[in-house]
Amino acid sequence: MSEQPLSFFDRPNSYIGKSVPRPNAQRLLQGRGVFVDDLRLPRLLHAAFLRSPYAHARIKRIDTAAAARRAGVVRVVTAADLAGLYTPWVGVLTHLKGMKSAPQHPLALDRARWQGEPVAAVAAETRAAAEDALAEIAVEWEELPPLASVEAALAPGAPAIHEALGDNLAFTRTIDAGAVDDAFDRADAVVAETFTFARHTGVCPEPRSILAEFNPADRRLTLYCSSQAPHMMKEIVLRHFPLAEADLRVVCHDVGGSYGIKIHVYPDEMTVIALALMLGRPVKFVADRLESFVSDIHAREHRVAARVAVSKSGEILAIDIDDLTGIGPFSTYPRTSAVEGNQVVNLAGSWYRSPNYRARLRVVFQNKPPMSQYRAVGHPVACAVTEGLVDLAARAIAMDPAELRWRNLIADDAYPWKSPAGLLFEKLSHQRALERMLGMMDYTGLRREQKALRAQGVHRGIGLACFVEITNPGPAFYGVGGAPISAQDGCSLRLEPGGTVTCAISVTEQGQGTETVVAQIVASVLGVALARVRVVTGDTERTPYGGGTWASRGTGIGGEAALQAAKALRANVLTLAGAMLQAAPGGLDIVEGWIVDAGTGARRIGLEEVGRAGYFRGDTLPPGLQPELVATRHHQPRDYPFAFTNGVQASWLELDVETGFVRLLKHWVVEDCGRMVNPLLVDEQIRGGVVQGLGAALFEECLYDAAGQLRNGTLADYLVPMAAEMPDIEVAHLETPLAGTELGAKGVGEAGTAGAPAAVMNAINDALAPFGARVAEQPFTPARILRALGRV
Amino acid sequence: MSESVEIRLTVNGAAVTRRVDARQSLVDFLREELGLTGTRAGCEHGVCGACTLRLDGAIVRACLLFAAQLDGARVETIEGLSDSGEIADLQAAFHRRNALQCGFCTAGMLVTAAALLRRGGVPSREEIRDFLSGNYCRCTGYCAIIDAVEEACRARAEKASP
Repeated sequence: MSEQPLSFFDRPNSYIGKSVPRPNAQRLLQGRGVFVDDLRLPRLLHAAFLRSPYAHARIKRIDTAAAARRAGVVRVVTAADLAGLYTPWVGVLTHLKGMKSAPQHPLALDRARWQGEPVAAVAAETRAAAEDALAEIAVEWEELPPLASVEAALAPGAPAIHEALGDNLAFTRTIDAGAVDDAFDRADAVVAETFTFARHTGVCPEPRSILAEFNPADRRLTLYCSSQAPHMMKEIVLRHFPLAEADLRVVCHDVGGSYGIKIHVYPDEMTVIALALMLGRPVKFVADRLESFVSDIHAREHRVAARVAVSKSGEILAIDIDDLTGIGPFSTYPRTSAVEGNQVVNLAGSWYRSPNYRARLRVVFQNKPPMSQYRAVGHPVACAVTEGLVDLAARAIAMDPAELRWRNLIADDAYPWKSPAGLLFEKLSHQRALERMLGMMDYTGLRREQKALRAQGVHRGIGLACFVEITNPGPAFYGVGGAPISAQDGCSLRLEPGGTVTCAISVTEQGQGTETVVAQIVASVLGVALARVRVVTGDTERTPYGGGTWASRGTGIGGEAALQAAKALRANVLTLAGAMLQAAPGGLDIVEGWIVDAGTGARRIGLEEVGRAGYFRGDTLPPGLQPELVATRHHQPRDYPFAFTNGVQASWLELDVETGFVRLLKHWVVEDCGRMVNPLLVDEQIRGGVVQGLGAALFEECLYDAAGQLRNGTLADYLVPMAAEMPDIEVAHLETPLAGTELGAKGVGEAGTAGAPAAVMNAINDALAPFGARVAEQPFTPARILRALGRV
Repeated sequence: MSESVEIRLTVNGAAVTRRVDARQSLVDFLREELGLTGTRAGCEHGVCGACTLRLDGAIVRACLLFAAQLDGARVETIEGLSDSGEIADLQAAFHRRNALQCGFCTAGMLVTAAALLRRGGVPSREEIRDFLSGNYCRCTGYCAIIDAVEEACRARAEKASP
């Protein structure tokens, strides 16, 4: 035995750092998960929505009489019918200075401002009856000129989409750090490019779903949501409907993908709540795929004019970017639609040493669906702009792009570091990550292969992309701006009489493996088998209060709460066991569900004996000893506003210069997310994230015409990554534990999506280089590549 | 639209007789009438593959068929394939490899992969990717799914010719 007791991470029976399969995946593998649409409640009604067919139109008159008369229809409502049942919401945060948006309602009042905005709703005995009735609703529309493009919305003299706001500029921000003009003046090379990022959307396998069950007898409302943040949803509903805090419960069972899509407040879902309150019956709404395309939030839509100054010796002297982004007619509630652009200007260039950085952000209203936070908020834009500029700079001074990165990345021994935009980096590992990447992909070997193949007319490209990733956000992210979004999470552990542990925690599960990771931590710290820990999530009445799972905060914040709760329960258990065994608690340990002598490891009693004594045989305990077999702890990040991670991605692809088709051959990721609790789940977060980024880079685009009409709103027309087009993805890790927590874990959910589009863009442009062509407009479709080649 | 049709069919080995609306899709029939919610409606236009099931031995999209077409048919869903143990090895491989995250597409993915397994032999990764290219997964990035299917194919092939 060593003098120092082993840490929770090093104990031989620790699960931390082990690739444990997810126990809760078994039910999903048998088709026995429970998603919202799988719930069966008595007297259930089904809601369907009439949506605006126009991007911008006045609603002159709605006649619902014929719809209301149809068999099976219980109620048809328009905005007028819901008046007084709710209060409208406004998607602003007070710390985003000068930000504005307009009040939003469950159903459009007198004007529809995007194609897909809900205008009327039917509640009926079946979904089919509700949809049939929609066809009987007569609306007299007056079409108004739509402002679909950001440029049109911002043009001088453009009418304001919300008259009361005066113009269509929702938010603007500038950053000017260091001496940018001076740096450009003394540069040996200056390169400029305009990068365009199309609108795309989340395409969750399970569409948005909500079931509102209202019991008029006790005025209790239970919401079954497909959501990442049940406590936030509860707080939001309390703010806008006349319900008592104690009378509202939000439950999330299985969630069929979310990626940020299902964390926002949607007018159709608020209508469902209003209908349930009106009708005193449970009401369900499950979006169909077609309406998902025009009612789920969209992502991105940026045009970024950017330039970089570089010296002959390979020093990046300055970066200057101007981001113009379109967010639809309303800023999304309660996170706003300004955070995406704000993160672009915060993040761009931040992993390089140059102190000279200028950025302008303009966030603009337009007549398209609302745009808001989707996986890797702002990151892929910031990364593609930065890494695209770095490759352009390398070409301008004829330096290898890996070499230019190497010379400019923040050095691994330079931390803590403050970026020009003010981001604080506690400790990152860019240099080691790049070194690892170049070895893993055999960079020099690939360059040789590329050269040899070029001589044979085969055009392959190598693209690198370094990045940072925001995880574990603290209260300065949303809470400070007035949003009811908790930055802390709580974990409550209960020893059951039979020696198992029930763990209720406020972070949530959408398939990432949250429950497994939490169980691994609790089991390891407490000293029990994983199978003895039952994790409960996704229920405001059964878990402590907390933020949920988003922004890669589940393991870093929820995991730390679980670790501290397990330590506390462990101490309580040992106190009780010590009394039972007449031994000092400090001389005891818990190993594999047994109370053992810490020194010898000899088994004394099982945890079930401790549980039984605590709950049933208080008569055998010393006077004055009250067993406390529940322990609760909370955690919130305080030392730094965010726990940044870092990494680098690389893409190897082949370009068919006759057709413009890109074939992805291989993708690599090196990532440093601090301590890994479950490497298998970390890898899969990265791989899944990469493929979402590859979709944005190559396929996904919500195509709009000038009238603001979506032209590809089906899964047959909107392309998503499928198995056949995707490459194998190799992942490697560095582990720089996060200071300030015992667990030391950072998040990992954004990293893949953050860096993949940049790596692919750089690889395509590398393949295009011999032709003097380049692309900067995502997605990089065959048509765009052929245009760049001058072939169409 | 209101016409109804009586159908007699076999679902997961059990005889079922029902009168169904002529317009009811197979996926809605299974979910609403039989409570077999493992078959999921993801797009309802035949693209995402979440509703894939086995009909008379072949894999089909349950959102593209009407229940009324199924008189005399033999339907096998994820619930039946799980209970019979036919795909236990595939499910175990998916579990070990974490070849699912949210799980919404998983039943369709397994039913499709099971059809590939029944062909025998060990397909290349490319062939596996091609075979699964009609099943949309947004979470995993597909690598783990390909790995798991490959592993299950290999294990069955080894068992068949030791």
